[in-house]
Amino acid sequence: MNNVNAMNKRRSFSLPRISLGSIGTTLLLSTYALIVLGPLIIVVLNTMRPTREIYRAPVALPSSINFDSYIIAWEEASFNVYFFNSLVITVASVTLATTVSALAAYVLGRYRFRGSQALIAYFVAGLTLPFRLAMVPLFLLLNDLGLIDSRVGLILVYAATGIPFSIFILSAFFRQLPQELSEAARIDGANEFIIFSRVMLPLVRPSLATVAIFQFVPLWNDFFFPLVLLRSTDKWTLPVGMTRFFGEFQTDWSTLFAGLVITTLPLIILFLSATEQIISGLTAGVRK
Amino acid sequence: MTALPRPRNADRRKRASRTSSALIPKPQTIALFILPAFLLYTIFMIYPLVQALIFSTFEFNGLVRGEFVGLQNFEQLFTRFPLNEQLPRAFMHNVYFFIGTMAIQNTLGLAFAVLLHRPRFGKRFFRTVYTLPYLISPLVVGYLWRLMLNPLFGPVNSTLRDVGLESWARPWLGDPATALPTVILVNAWMWVGFPMLLFGAGLAGIEDDLREAARIDGANSWQVFTRIELPLLTPVVGIVTVLTFIGNFNAFGIVWALGGVDGSPAGATDVLGLVFFRTAFRGGADAFGLASALAVLMFLFIFTVSVGVQTWFRRLEDRLQ
Repeated sequence: MNNVNAMNKRRSFSLPRISLGSIGTTLLLSTYALIVLGPLIIVVLNTMRPTREIYRAPVALPSSINFDSYIIAWEEASFNVYFFNSLVITVASVTLATTVSALAAYVLGRYRFRGSQALIAYFVAGLTLPFRLAMVPLFLLLNDLGLIDSRVGLILVYAATGIPFSIFILSAFFRQLPQELSEAARIDGANEFIIFSRVMLPLVRPSLATVAIFQFVPLWNDFFFPLVLLRSTDKWTLPVGMTRFFGEFQTDWSTLFAGLVITTLPLIILFLSATEQIISGLTAGVRK
Repeated sequence: MTALPRPRNADRRKRASRTSSALIPKPQTIALFILPAFLLYTIFMIYPLVQALIFSTFEFNGLVRGEFVGLQNFEQLFTRFPLNEQLPRAFMHNVYFFIGTMAIQNTLGLAFAVLLHRPRFGKRFFRTVYTLPYLISPLVVGYLWRLMLNPLFGPVNSTLRDVGLESWARPWLGDPATALPTVILVNAWMWVGFPMLLFGAGLAGIEDDLREAARIDGANSWQVFTRIELPLLTPVVGIVTVLTFIGNFNAFGIVWALGGVDGSPAGATDVLGLVFFRTAFRGGADAFGLASALAVLMFLFIFTVSVGVQTWFRRLEDRLQ
């Protein structure tokens, strides 16, 4: 009885001490959250302020709500063109890579045949190869195929880079599906492609989404390949357009900030709608 | 880039027994399923990579491949001006970049992971906020901070002046002494959520019983961390180290945005990625041979060190167990 009392006392004593410590921790964590969010908030606020106001006071609330800077960035700085190109190129690449990867991953994940393990290894090896270092031969290859300064060329390259990760993830998911389903379908007379598209593919839809998101983000953000492979400005994607934009509008800060927001907004929306998928995908290798 | 799980044998055996009994489709059917991915991947990824190896030993004249020249391109990298000066300098910058990132970004990421592992007010919020910046393009992050750090109109210096730290206000990216450390900090701002998530997942994999047992033995939080959690996190530390190394030695967009294609000011932020780009696409007529040689060297270096670090951490892991 005494003992229990003593324990209760100790617990009730230690509670405020813990919360004092956690107040300190929360303060620390909040400070860092401010360091992350502060610049992002300043960017958004400054898109609504005229440049001369930004020059006078870089950190301040806008005196009125005004979206002119977005209109200037969108129309005069060609962000409408860059945005469209980024969207078309990214969506086409992700769709192509996910489609061909799902087909291959299905067979490689479900069946063992001569060379199947070697094929998996061949595809997954791409994850570890520093592909950007192959830029010179790639440039010459696309040049021979007449695909320099072509969105199609960029899409083919991007799709190829997405294959290793997609096959790696998707084959693992296909492997886990129960055998009975495909056998039942086969008895019903379905051929392999029907089993794949009608029975198996719907079951791995969540992992298809993960794979697609994971390709989307780096492709949307990529700067190196379009910088080298695209020449005419009407084919440029957002990151390459950004380099020209920062030269041309260097004194118009309000528009510069708007350009940063336009480029990033789709990813922020994607992230907030799929946070858990992104986090679990990123840590797939560590979690048990 | 994500961390690869190591194959788990038990899983594998179970799966094998499940798949081997299956009726295997005709070879033609298998080929139809695999061929599109195989061709796309082989033509646009593997073929150029193999060619880079071959090209490094050939002379180039513009887009035209000339004669086999052995190791002459490699020799040129270290003897021809200005490459012979830029290359070692950029290499050292990458080394500092890696050390700075390990010390600042990954230590901070580990601290956040530990603090956010326990149930805590606003846990989800902090986790989301900290991981937000690495969705943004490195190039955009670089441009964003170039505006933030502008010596005259930048919010950073203006805030420092407002809070009475006027002497701290400086041309962060304009001064060769502070430019590279600033790049490291901006890069850490972007990526800190990544080690945090990896360490967080590692911490979640540690049995709570172990912590409880240590606590009953009288260990305080710090001791639980250093004696129990940190040793068990060794594999994750290994993964984070290798991924940081690969990421830092491939840095390109963020450095381009902060210091331009030449790594301004005065080459203080020049890194290997920029040197490679300039060699390949801003170089002379024989640029393609030289750039391929540089690519081969960078690949060999990154690959060797990555494998070395992984092996070292695996041994450390064995020793700790």
